[in-house]
Amino acid sequence: MKTFHVEGGIHPEYRKERTQENAIVALPMPKILCLPLKQHAGAPAEPVVSSGKRVKKGDLLAKPQGAVSAPIHAPTSGTVVDITDMTAPHPSGLAQKTIVLRPDGKDEWGALPPPIENPFAADPAEIDARVGWAGIVGLGGAAFPSAIKFGLRSKKPDILVLNGAECEPYLTCDDRIMQEHADEVVDGARIMAHALGVSQILIAIETNKPAAIVAMTVAAAGYPAVVVMPIPVQYPMGSEKHLTKAVTGRETPAGKMTADIGVVVHNVATARAVREAVRFGWPLISRVITLSGAGLTRGMNIKVPLGTMVVDLIEFCGGFKDGIAPQRLISGGPMMGHPLPSLDVPVIKGTCGILALTKAEINEQPAGPCIRCGGCVSVCPCGLVPLEMAAFIRHDNLEQAEQIGVRDCVSCGSCSYICPSHIPLVQYFNYAKGKLNAADRDHRKQERLKGLVEGRMARMEKQRKAKAEAAATAAAAKKAQAAATAAAAAAAGTATAAAPPTETPKASA
Amino acid sequence: MLLAVGSLAVIGATLGSVLGIAARYLAVESDPLEKDLQELLPGSQCGQCGYVGCGQAAVALAKGEAPVTLCIPGGKAVAEKLAKRLGMAADLSGHKDAEPVYAVIDESKCIGCLRCLNECSTDAIIGAPKQIHTVLVDNCHGCSKCYNTCPTLAVSMNKINVNLNDWHWQKPKLRTKRTKH
Ligand code: SF4
Ligand code: SF4
Repeated sequence: MKTFHVEGGIHPEYRKERTQENAIVALPMPKILCLPLKQHAGAPAEPVVSSGKRVKKGDLLAKPQGAVSAPIHAPTSGTVVDITDMTAPHPSGLAQKTIVLRPDGKDEWGALPPPIENPFAADPAEIDARVGWAGIVGLGGAAFPSAIKFGLRSKKPDILVLNGAECEPYLTCDDRIMQEHADEVVDGARIMAHALGVSQILIAIETNKPAAIVAMTVAAAGYPAVVVMPIPVQYPMGSEKHLTKAVTGRETPAGKMTADIGVVVHNVATARAVREAVRFGWPLISRVITLSGAGLTRGMNIKVPLGTMVVDLIEFCGGFKDGIAPQRLISGGPMMGHPLPSLDVPVIKGTCGILALTKAEINEQPAGPCIRCGGCVSVCPCGLVPLEMAAFIRHDNLEQAEQIGVRDCVSCGSCSYICPSHIPLVQYFNYAKGKLNAADRDHRKQERLKGLVEGRMARMEKQRKAKAEAAATAAAAKKAQAAATAAAAAAAGTATAAAPPTETPKASA
Repeated sequence: MLLAVGSLAVIGATLGSVLGIAARYLAVESDPLEKDLQELLPGSQCGQCGYVGCGQAAVALAKGEAPVTLCIPGGKAVAEKLAKRLGMAADLSGHKDAEPVYAVIDESKCIGCLRCLNECSTDAIIGAPKQIHTVLVDNCHGCSKCYNTCPTLAVSMNKINVNLNDWHWQKPKLRTKRTKH
């Protein structure tokens, strides 16, 4: 099948050879697992266990809260020893509520929901519910709850694109999953397609993964609806909109989703997790991640229980090379990943890699002035003008940066990569987008408060009026009574037979 | 009774028409500038600027009697917008945003007097007479009115800590090649 040209992008050194040939190994159960309540995009989960509780593998630990959220299950059997604030695997280094589980070494399964025997005959809603129950999120890194993406069925998509691009340098976990578990990925993709009501599945894999392409093509052979599409090696090919363009030729308008043009994109590892939830009733309790970088003694692809501490993983890889702490420790890929605040943070659902990078690998240099070479403009896959946006942001002119599209930036970092002056372009855009979002939140809060103030003022006014009216009625009644007494006195004085005022209305009626 | 009904009706009609006429003849043309400025202010009527509410603050701004930095909760963002609308070039580089705070009531000190509750313009305080009050953090806009009115000093204003949902990257600090010219 034909692929389509995608504008922009870069060709960084991929450095995948370090781990590409290394088969996935399972990590022996660590001594302690730390499960933060927010491992996904959306609201944090809410614990349903308390300290001291014994749990079995797969038992629910925390339930979803709100419309966009995901539950968290026990990765193994053991005891909940604490629910406490711990440093999150997040660049801020802020603390987050975390469930601490001490494994008992038995790895005993608890009660699981029954397998869905024939998923292709099942009601799509049943599959949605199962995927939601399993706490599956996008395993490519964005960690968006998958069940919600299944709801895109309502937009009547016609193509499911399975993202096996893995365009970030260093990462090879998706590559290994496709090589070693191709049948499972294809089966998962077919289940997803059934749930979404789409008839065509395109599996997009960059040509630098020949073994994965072969394995997947073999696995897809029996299914005419499933097509494996080798795509050019070009960063950021794995970005949803660009991948969609590459394999379907369809352009996603700015501010829209790919689902608006009939395409839903899921990661290959997510497809496998969906299969396990549907066919075996397993929740998402482990994932495959890549450990790499010249700062590590050996690079590996490891199947890790969620909640494993980074420090345990580094140890499993033989520690830091020559015992020297790396220049930078990153969660995710080197382009779009983020620095980790410490080694004492856990692996969460969205962690696709841990990289220990040396100084030589980073090539960090002080920034110089912009020489207006236009490099950033030609590589931006979103058609933006990074140099201009950065100039506005540098002068705190976020409004104008927004006008020329900073919110459409996908933070791929291509511009920063190419810039000969080493200007921290994407860092400016991350800051600007964060600040603009914060301003939006403030604005929403302000509007809500305004509503509250107005409501209160209206209520006060009503109360004041009611009081005034009550006072007026009381005064009038008093007056009327006085008048009546006077009239009665007058009537008595003149000795005229007059009907008492109270009876008048009836008489006249 | 007839008398009562009649007199009330007369009073009502007279007052009504007086008000109606007054409204027609004494109407103040609302200044478009004032209106725009008021739109830019938060509208929570907190009074931290020293004026009774945002409307009065807008009037003062329009007359040039108040600085664009008057609105404390609005911070730099509002100051910038006000300056823009007023066509002024304000140097706000030195302007620091006030740290957002929220009120907390110490339950052991609260006597349930309702004073804070009556002061709160966003109904963020819940409670009843002689019952301990609490603050709904989401509705509190940190105006400190309750803090200033509590007879037992039970209210304290606490800093709002950034959480994972609110955090965002800071502006990159430039390490330039040339330190001297
Ligand atoms: S501006 Fe944003 S989308 Fe464009 S290259 Fe830079 S980081 Fe990527
Ligand atoms: S790549 Fe860097 S130097 Fe070239 S135009 Fe963009 S910002 Fe300026």
